[in-house]
Order: sequence, then C-alpha cells, then structure tokens
Amino acid sequence: MSAGRVGSSSRRVGGVDRVTGRQTYVADVRLDDVLEARLVSLDCARARIVAIDTSEARRVPGVRFVMTAADLPQPVPRFGPQFQDRPVIATGETTYHGEPVAAVAAETKDAAEAAARLVRVEYEELPAVSTLAAALDPAAPLVQDPSLRPGDPLATTNVLREHRYGWGDVDAATADLVVEGSYAFPMITHFAIEPHGFLAAPDGDGIVCWSSIQHPYLLQKMLARILGLPLARVRVIAPDPGGGFGGKQNPKLEPLVAFMALRLGRPVRLILTLDQTFQAVRRTSTEVRVRSGFRRDGTLVFQDIAADYLIGAYADIADRVVSKGSYPACGPYRVPAARIVARAILSNTTPATAFRGFGNPQVNWAVESTLDEGARRLGLDPVEVRLRNLARPGEAFIPGDTPADGDWAEAVRRAAERIGWRAPLPAGHGRGLALGIKSGPTTGLSYSTVRLLADGSVVVYAGTSDMGQGARTVFAQIAADELGAPLEWVTVVMGDTAVVPYDQQTSASRSTVLMGNAVLAACRDVQSQLRSMAARIHEVDPEAIAVEHGVVRLPDREAPILEVLKAGLGRLGGELIGNGESRKEDEPGHPLNGRPAFYELNCTAVEASVDPGTGEVTIHRHVTVSDVGRAINPLQVRMQDEGAAIMGLGHTLMEHVILDETGRIRNLGAIDYRIPTSLDLPGELVSDMVENADGPGPYGAKGMSEGALLCVAPAVAAAVHQAAGVVIHDLPLAPERVWQALQELRAGPPAEAEAAAEPEAVGAGGVR
Amino acid sequence: MTDTLERLDAIEAAAIDAPTDHLSIEVTVNGRRRRLDVAVHHTLLDVLRDDLGLTGTKECCDVGECGACTVLVDGRAMNACLILAVEADGAVVTTVEGLADDGRLSALQAAFLDAGAVQCGFCIPGQLMAARALLDREPDPTVADVHAALAGNLCRCAGYEQITEAVLAAAEAER
Repeated sequence: MSAGRVGSSSRRVGGVDRVTGRQTYVADVRLDDVLEARLVSLDCARARIVAIDTSEARRVPGVRFVMTAADLPQPVPRFGPQFQDRPVIATGETTYHGEPVAAVAAETKDAAEAAARLVRVEYEELPAVSTLAAALDPAAPLVQDPSLRPGDPLATTNVLREHRYGWGDVDAATADLVVEGSYAFPMITHFAIEPHGFLAAPDGDGIVCWSSIQHPYLLQKMLARILGLPLARVRVIAPDPGGGFGGKQNPKLEPLVAFMALRLGRPVRLILTLDQTFQAVRRTSTEVRVRSGFRRDGTLVFQDIAADYLIGAYADIADRVVSKGSYPACGPYRVPAARIVARAILSNTTPATAFRGFGNPQVNWAVESTLDEGARRLGLDPVEVRLRNLARPGEAFIPGDTPADGDWAEAVRRAAERIGWRAPLPAGHGRGLALGIKSGPTTGLSYSTVRLLADGSVVVYAGTSDMGQGARTVFAQIAADELGAPLEWVTVVMGDTAVVPYDQQTSASRSTVLMGNAVLAACRDVQSQLRSMAARIHEVDPEAIAVEHGVVRLPDREAPILEVLKAGLGRLGGELIGNGESRKEDEPGHPLNGRPAFYELNCTAVEASVDPGTGEVTIHRHVTVSDVGRAINPLQVRMQDEGAAIMGLGHTLMEHVILDETGRIRNLGAIDYRIPTSLDLPGELVSDMVENADGPGPYGAKGMSEGALLCVAPAVAAAVHQAAGVVIHDLPLAPERVWQALQELRAGPPAEAEAAAEPEAVGAGGVR
Repeated sequence: MTDTLERLDAIEAAAIDAPTDHLSIEVTVNGRRRRLDVAVHHTLLDVLRDDLGLTGTKECCDVGECGACTVLVDGRAMNACLILAVEADGAVVTTVEGLADDGRLSALQAAFLDAGAVQCGFCIPGQLMAARALLDREPDPTVADVHAALAGNLCRCAGYEQITEAVLAAAEAER
C-alpha cells in the first residue's frame, strides 16, 4: 500500500492549512494577556547616544515598559552565531541604520506605537562607513570597538577576517590568454513575505520563546547562555516560517523580547514591519576581481580571485558566508593553479547574513562572466569551454576535498539542448549558459524519533524548519514508504524544542540529506523491532525476516506491517519507537572545518533580448537544470528550482538596496524595492533535473534548494552581450544601466560597434 | 519641515491623551453579519486579524504593495491594509477563511495544492483571494489575465508558474 511514496509528487503535507488560513505563523499565535512591543531607532547609520528620555512615552496609557540598554545587565549581553558582538539593544552607540535603541511594551499596538514615537533620544551623528572603499580607508572610523575582538591582529581595521585558499603556483603558470575583470554584486534583501516575528513568555521558572527562526536549537542555546538558564528551561517554539531564504537562520531580537517578558512577567510580542525586516537582514554586497588564465584551446591554466564582501556592523554568520562562499570560487572546473583571497569587511550597514546561495552567487557572477569573456576572445564556444574544463565524476577538482559527486556534464548537455544552443537565434536575441556550484553542509547533527502507533499510523519528530522548501513532505514520504502507511496517516512534528529532539540547523539545503537520513534511520530502527516481533510471533530466526517498504517478508509469505504490529503489540496496544541519528563530524585542519556532504550543481541557460530604446532586458526562455541525485518529490524539486531561478532574476535584473551617502537605506520597503512579480517572469521557464541516485541522502538524494539561483546572473549577462553587444560588470542589469551601456557602445570607437554586430569577436574593448 | 514634525508630534500627543474615537459599523464577513465597534484609525486588516481573530489574512508591507492582505470587499479584491474599517461599513467581506465550503476545500484551494502553488504559504491567502476575484469576473482567463490579476501579489518563494497553473486549473474545474 506504500508503493511510490518516495519519488511521487505528493501534495504538500501541511498544505491544507496554508490554503484555508489556518496555518499559524508567529504573528498568528494567540495568547492571553500579551503585550505588544515596538522599537525605537534613529534615522542615521551611526550615532553616539547622549541621553534617552522615556518619561513622555511611559505616560501613554497602557504602556508597561520602555526598555533601553540601562535596563539590562551590564555590560549589555552580546550574542552572535560566529562572534558574540551584537548587543541585545544598542548600548552607547548605534552602528547601523535601524538598530534599536529602545523598545516599548504596551497593552495595545496603538499605545506601543504612540509611545515609541514619544521616546526622545538625544544623539550625535557620527561618521559612518557604508562602502568597501570607505571601510578600507586607513583613516576610516572603526565599525567595531577593538575590545570586541581581543587578540585579533585585524581588530584595529574594518577587516573582520581574511581567508586564503589555493593550490598550484599561479605566478608560475603560463597562459596563452589572461582575462582580467572586476565585478560588483549588489546588496539584496531577503524580503520573505512574513516579516520577522518574536514572542516570549515566562514559563514556570524558565521561558518560552516563539520565533520565525530557522534554527530553533541555536536560539535555545543562545537564550540559555544569555539568561543563565539550563537548556531544559528554555523552550523555543518555531512555527513554520513564512519564507526564510537564510534571513531567519540566526537570533536577532529574541533576547530583547525575552528580557522584556521576564521583567514584566507577561508575554511580549514583537512583529517587525517589512521596513524593519529590511533593516534586520541582507545579502553581502561584493566586489570580485578575477584574473583567469587560458590555453588557446580554452583549457583553464589558473584562477586568481580576490573577493571583498561588505558585511554589516555585526558579523552574524556573514564571515562564514565569505569563507564558505569563496572557497569553491573556481567553480566546478579542474584548475591547475588557484589563488583565492576573500575578505569580510565590516561596515555601518544592516548586518549581512546567510541568503540562498551563501556567498557563492557573488563570486560565481565574476568567475563565470570571465569564462565567457575568455571564450569570446579565443573565439570558442562557451559551452565547449565549460565542458572542456568541467570536473568528471569522482575527480578531486578542489584538491583534497570532496570529489565531484555527479555527472555534471549531463546537466550542461541537457541545459544546452533545452535552450536550443545551436539553433538559429531570432534577430536581436542572445543566449547565455553558466554553471554554479555550492558546497553543502560541512558539519551536521540531526536526530529523529519515529513512532509507529498501534493502528499503523506514524508520528515523525524532526527539528527541521519547514519554511516552504517542503521538508515536512519529504520526511512524511520517507516514513510512509518505509513503514507502509498512507501519507495521510503520517504526522510530522517540528518546531518545538520541548518536544522534538535536537537538530543542528536548517541551512545549506541540508535537511533532505541529514535529517532525511535521521528519519530513515529511525524508520529502520522501527523495522528492526518489527523483525524481532515477527520472529517472536512466528518462531523463526530474525535473520530470515526482512522488513522493507511497508512489508514484512517472512520465510513463507509476505505480511503487511500492520498485521505483525497488531499481533506483536497484543491486547495492551502501545507503539514502536524508533530513533535515528545523522552526524557529520567536523574535520579540524580543513579550511572550512569539514568537507561538504555534497555539492549543489546547476546549469542555467537563457535566451534574452534588449530593448534598444529603454535598455529593458526580456528573458524569453530560461532553462534551469540541477543535479539532485534523487528527487523524493519531483514537484517540490521543480518548485524549489523555479523559485530559486526567479529569485536569481531578481538580483540579476532589478534588486538593489540603495544607501545614501550617510549610510541610510533609501529604498526601505515594498514601494521602492522591487522583487519579481507575475509580470516579470521569463516567457518560458523550463526546469529539468539530473537524477543518478549518487547523493549521500536517502535513496541517493542530494540537497538542492539553492542551486538554481547561483548562476542566473552570468547566464543572463552573456545573453545580453550576445543580443546587444554590451558587457556589464555591475548588477543588477536594470534598464538604466543597460541603456547607459548601449549609449556608451554607440558612442564608442568603430571597432567596438563592429564587434557588437558580430558578438563572437568582442574583445577587451567591451570591458568596463 | 521641523515645524511640521513638531506640530504632528503635538497632534499625536493630544490624540494619545484623548480617548480613541470609535464608530459602530456593520459588516458581513464570510457570510456572518457582524456589528462592531472599531477605532476610526484601524484598517480593515487590523479589525479582521485583531478584533475578529481571522488571522488567515496576512500582514506584510502595510502599504498596499505586497498583496498579502488581499480580501474581497463587495466582490472586489482589495488590500485590507489600505481600507479603514469604517469604510467597510455595510460591505460584504470575504477572507481566505470563507473560501472552503462546509469544511471542504473549494476547487480553487484544491488546485493550489495539486499544482504545487503553495510553498511557505504566507502569500497564499492573498493569492487565493485575488484569484477568486479574477475567476468571478472572468471564468475563462488566459495566462496573461492571471498574470495581470495577480501582479499585485508578491510571492518570494516565486511559485508564480504553479500559481498560474492552479488558477487556470481551477477555472477549468469550475466550468
């Protein structure tokens, strides 16, 4: 009765609540006696706080508390996933636009809002750094007080960390052609449709905290440390986030709300506005300089890559974004010599954090674009150049690291075929193709418990957060398949540290692999107990019995699991409880502290045209092909790939956080910051996948939710070049930027105009 | 500019000291007639979520750009964050909670699930209501009609292809 559960496009588990309005997000949690909180921040990037007058605010009827740093333990506790640098609330100084300096809790939202506006902050605006150039100026003010970075030789600079990787001898390498360029990737905001939300309440002699967080167990640890409570007294409830994309990985304002709730002895809720969410998280902006050496036949000789990532005022997880994102910067290719230098540079801007792709799209944009430039100058087909250099299955393309874990050429061939790479192009159209690679998780720990109940229904416990990627459905399918229950008879419990066993985190597209393996192991534990049960009942050797896919294979016949279960449990009933663990230890000495569990590999190909009058880029066809190992739910794979592809079109064509010269965000909110809508879709969006069951997850699955975003930008830029002759090194390829490039091209020397008419021949003249 | 801000502050301070003005309104929400005493500055979204506990309608941008709070007001898809509750006096309002029929999913809701249109789900109530309004006025929409009708409903999971497929499938099912 369970055949086909894995590999079928079952309806989303939890989907019904999402189409009826019953799904409870943090903002929908109903509690008695809850106070509403509002934040107070300053309209500048950096300031010294002189004084905060809360007297007027406290007079507003219904206001119960106006909290500032003075109300917290001193020194104000700090926290962070990598560095403990972020204070619970600004203390002494604000360091980025929107950093809260005070918080109000009141009986109603109206009272909290009114009071928040009446908090008078006397402050002195200080010079802020909000660009790489400003941050790196030797005379620049320091974003972080050196006392926050004891023993750090870089503490008196705005460079948080510098990461160096490489192999071979770049300087000794001789190339027939060296292509050099500098590429900029803009600051992007996550724009999950659910703004971040937090709710905390005293709970006996501990605390319970609801959060839209992706990592409830990380939050539990952090709150326990900061509040001086044992883990068992800190309960984190993490309802399914309404979109995460990395932005909800790490704790932000939970400690602030927790301190208020404990102080007041009442629940306190803080739901951010979308504007405040913009001021809470963003993707690192980046400038990448690339020097690529080629032989005449397109073979790569060396890669010399320097990437400067602009991170925010607090590190959050951004330094890991820099190190992990830049480490595979050379892409999925064999390169005899490589030098990669990546720096995380602090600035007085929104703390940068994880964002789908985790630092890879930034370097990918530069390196893949340089590959195209090399192919053009050598007069070679860019697809051929990629195939020539592409790592073969099992090849250690990063020396000493996880070898290529898929038939990546298959993804390229399929993308080329589906875009019609060799077919004649309509006038004014161009095509581009690019590859992206991202390392999967380098460490991991997931536990799962699976209960097979007396009637054959199943409860799965998994501490993964289902933020839309469909983890709940994947786990239910695994359990249904293994234990022979209809999918509708499987319940997946998530998001409550008091109930669900530990999971390290929901990030790096890990959950299908790491938690999936834990769920599978827990199911196998139940199966093993069923085997013992069947052996006892039928008085046969357990070795002669197999349990798989919902069936107990006895020596003489097959029996459904339920038959054995009922007989085995007897009159008292009960249940079978299985436990599973999935662990990936760290590897000290490895540059990333561990080799990746798998790679996400994607090939994207697009056909585009450019409106010569407006510079607007139209995507006629967009093909995205990911190597997923095995699709446990093919429809969900498609949803993730197409969603990632469109999100990639966002930063490629339109998205861009704009700062003014003092570091304030100019386009704060939905009116001025545009993301793709239903009117911004490619004319045709084709997603395909390579399935060779060669991943480390259940049934050969790999993680796959980020791949389709990685290389959208270089694929589009290559198509734009072929369509219109312009080479642009700065994202987004917004109409005004493309139009400007068209004007420059028209005004340029005649050689360039000729090159535009014959794109294959464009050379260095096209480089900015 | 500073003068204006100070004047606004003064007005605000005065407003805080004064009891908030309330007005009585009558609205029909999901078929049920309700008489409500609402603060004059509260939006329909505030009243649906906070006064009526209908939290299926979502709050995101609060400036009428994202569509997460889309509801039907007298049959038209509207952003509930842009309508004062008092403006809805006498109106017939349908929210996502009003789409299912006696606990059975409507064809539109079922189509969203079957097509894989639902990911994180936060935008989905708004998408469903915008789609409902479209199908009510155009039972046989084209792809372009769907894209245009739902252009004001952002989906960061970017399930637009599947949402469009779902609306077209629902149109087919309803014919």
